[in-house]
Amino acid sequence: MAEVLETTLTRKDFVSDQEVRWCPGCGDYAILAAVQKVFPELGVKKENFLIVSGIGCSSRFPYYMDTYGFHSIHGRAPAFASGAKLANPDLSVWIVTGDGDGMSIGGNHLIHVLRRNLDLNILMFNNRIYGLTKGQYSPTSELGKVTKSTPMGSLDHPFNPPSLALGSGATFVARTIDRELKHMASIIKESHSHKGGSFVEIYQNCNIFNDGAFADMTEKETKMETQLILEQGQPMIFGKDKDKGIVLIGSQLTVLQLSEDRNVDDVLVHNSGDKNMARLLAGMTYNGDLPTPIGVLYKEERATYDEMMTAQLQSAIDSKGPGDLDALIKGSNTWTV
Amino acid sequence: MSDQNKTVEELDVVTIRFAGDSGDGMQLTGTQFTDNTALFGNDLSTLPDYPAEIRAPAGSLAGVSSFQLQFSNQEIHTPGDDLDVLVAMNPAALKVHLADLQENGMVMVNTANFSKKNLKLAGYEVSPLEDNTFDNYRLIEVDMTKLVATALENLDMSPKLKARSTNMFALGLLYWLYERDMDSSINFITKKFAKKPEIITANVKALKTGYFYGETIEAIKTTYRVPKAEFSKGTYRNIMGNHAAALGLVAAAEKAGLNLFYGGYPITPASDILHYLANFKNFGIKTFQAEDEIAGVCSAIGASFAGDLAVTASSGPGIALKGEALGLAVMTELPLVVINVQRGGPSTGLPTKTEQSDLFQAMYGRNGECPMVVVAPATPSDCFNVLFEACKIALEHMIPVMVLSDGYVANGSEPWMIPTVDDLPQIKVTKATDPESFMPYSHAEGTVARPWAVPGTPGLEHRIGGLEKEDQTGNVNYDPDNHHYMNLHRQNKVDAIANYIPEAKAYGDDSGELLVLGWGGTHGAIRSSVERAQKAGHSVSHLHLRHINPFPKNLGEVLSNYKKVLIPELNLGQLSTMIRAKFLVDAQGLNKVAGKPFTTTEVYNKILQMVKG
Repeated sequence: MAEVLETTLTRKDFVSDQEVRWCPGCGDYAILAAVQKVFPELGVKKENFLIVSGIGCSSRFPYYMDTYGFHSIHGRAPAFASGAKLANPDLSVWIVTGDGDGMSIGGNHLIHVLRRNLDLNILMFNNRIYGLTKGQYSPTSELGKVTKSTPMGSLDHPFNPPSLALGSGATFVARTIDRELKHMASIIKESHSHKGGSFVEIYQNCNIFNDGAFADMTEKETKMETQLILEQGQPMIFGKDKDKGIVLIGSQLTVLQLSEDRNVDDVLVHNSGDKNMARLLAGMTYNGDLPTPIGVLYKEERATYDEMMTAQLQSAIDSKGPGDLDALIKGSNTWTV
Repeated sequence: MSDQNKTVEELDVVTIRFAGDSGDGMQLTGTQFTDNTALFGNDLSTLPDYPAEIRAPAGSLAGVSSFQLQFSNQEIHTPGDDLDVLVAMNPAALKVHLADLQENGMVMVNTANFSKKNLKLAGYEVSPLEDNTFDNYRLIEVDMTKLVATALENLDMSPKLKARSTNMFALGLLYWLYERDMDSSINFITKKFAKKPEIITANVKALKTGYFYGETIEAIKTTYRVPKAEFSKGTYRNIMGNHAAALGLVAAAEKAGLNLFYGGYPITPASDILHYLANFKNFGIKTFQAEDEIAGVCSAIGASFAGDLAVTASSGPGIALKGEALGLAVMTELPLVVINVQRGGPSTGLPTKTEQSDLFQAMYGRNGECPMVVVAPATPSDCFNVLFEACKIALEHMIPVMVLSDGYVANGSEPWMIPTVDDLPQIKVTKATDPESFMPYSHAEGTVARPWAVPGTPGLEHRIGGLEKEDQTGNVNYDPDNHHYMNLHRQNKVDAIANYIPEAKAYGDDSGELLVLGWGGTHGAIRSSVERAQKAGHSVSHLHLRHINPFPKNLGEVLSNYKKVLIPELNLGQLSTMIRAKFLVDAQGLNKVAGKPFTTTEVYNKILQMVKG
């Protein structure tokens, strides 16, 4: 969360002069549009935005934003972003990554940046496939995925991104969908307003190598039945006729068909501060019997790494006084000739 | 406190070695004797040697830890070859080190540890105390443990804890033997254990007991005095290489007016640089212990992009992991200082031993045409100068710089004439601010630096990354001519630094029979052997390279002034290969990859062979 000020910035201010080179129809276009729409509204000076990415289709993102940008190396964006944020805590730092970049080659950095709770924002485009290398399965592809590298189906059990983020100690975990522009914009905005590391998974369609991976959740006919839109303080209701709700039976989340006897009052109310519930909600991923939650699964206030580092430096100065280089070089045991 | 019945002999130079189990406190004993020697006013050089295991099995050969120190009334460059005195706290230490003791040298053993079990662990079938092992040496047998226990009998602490002060007994005995006072160690102990008065009492008592024991026993009839060395006028301290490196970084940050950011991951023998810097927080230094080596360097590059003086340090295996990111630093032309404290390789190799086998890795260990500036410190105190200069080059040329230190330089120590901050050169840092003239990949004449446009600066928003850059704009560009041009540009950027570094000048005559060419931590052994050869009347000079990439401009010319060139290296001929390839000079190598530094004798013998052959 960087400083807030009155701004006259518009979407145009964030459009770079570079030609966008994603495949026509790629979900990334929608995400780019959402970010360009949201950035002017965040009250951050344009020069204070920094977007850091790794390698992959999603990681071309910084080139298309007229902000400071760093297209780094595969999987390491969180480490570059950490260094930049610690060098200048005034920056509003954004990491753009994908399911391969963030969860496979960069898995280590992702979990550590989340546990440290640096005040930065992660947008993970999840298309459940490797796009830039032309169609191998990814760590979020479903078991048995048939691809070029897995002609008989993949043997890998997939990662569940929000569960991984929660397990890493993330203080903000959310999910949105490339086709839900309004929802996506509001989630990106909310992730920015969170002080601490925010992790946003964005379901993103790769129309070339994994077309329709989220079709159930994006097509009109089905999406009302498959999306569970989480809203703080609101009951977890879904369905075309808003006639289904989520209830807890034992330790399992279950769908309840609403009726006169069992109505909305019996349904769970979303509280993004409840970590145990967040874990259960994250667990709804890949479960065909349950809708998939989108929205803010979890949010917590915790001291950030960058503010703690700043405080430590200040406390060292308070207790020892500002550094005296000559004295440091001299040390305590000297002799003079 | 000298004893009237004993005589004092004056010596020019002495080499001693403390050796014992990893848990015996030999490193502390050695550094205490070193500090005392430095304050006394001798020139000195040290060689700590310890196992990679924190506590190898007690009493085993693998678990022996030692600390060697040479001190003199003259200028010296190495920790010495043959020992005058060996202190062996157990049979394993004796077994490992006795062969290095010169004939008629003194060996002090703690007999308390010569139990059947320990003898067996050390591979002695018969106790060396009972056969002819010491026929050619002067053996001093002392039951140090028992003497310490007796001296501390009134203290309320466990026998085990009391026995831990035994190293102080050995230290006290050596202080007496070399006519020293004990103040420096008493002060040290008092400070270190300020919160544990009983430990202070035990250690000081053990120290004094050792000292007084020397006075009392008949076995040692002579003590030794090594007069003060003549140093140039100035204020001195003793300094270890990694410590000097850390100070060089802090000094550079101050002279550049920047904050220092260090991102790294613990690894032997580089971790101490992180430890030192982490204690300098009141200088605004940010230390970031990352999740792995890769994150260490990447965080540093991120910090560099955002405007800090950014540094990472590691050793060979860690540098291997950082390779891809270093390529990015080259591509993005950001200032970065990378320290490789080299150790024995390949792979995990010998973590605590020294080697110079990562020169090729520094030069060529990245994909693509990826030249990096490479510099190397020659001695422990030189680490200060080299790190300072590395930062200056990195910042003024907007380029990553690799510093090749090594375990010997990093952990060794020597007296250092303390520089004053005012006398250090300024480091010129220019950050771009003007949107009108800003081109991310425009380059200054001379330095070939591109502008440092730091996030947070209005109007300079731009993108950088690992894809090929278009000259001037820095936009992604796949044009063949541009790619070829940019590869030449990156090489030129390194080469241009030759215009900013001093020309090479050999120690000794500017021409002659033999030039001994070295780099890095072999400086001491080469300089000592060259001096010896010069005194013996041979036409031998020494050139030690601090700048390896680029080489000094006149290096080829210097090489051509000698009939023969010898390149001693702790590798299989890496600098030799570079020199032969670049200058077509028939350089001969002296190569050793044993995890140990050269001895002066080894280099000297090779010099003789070459000047006579």
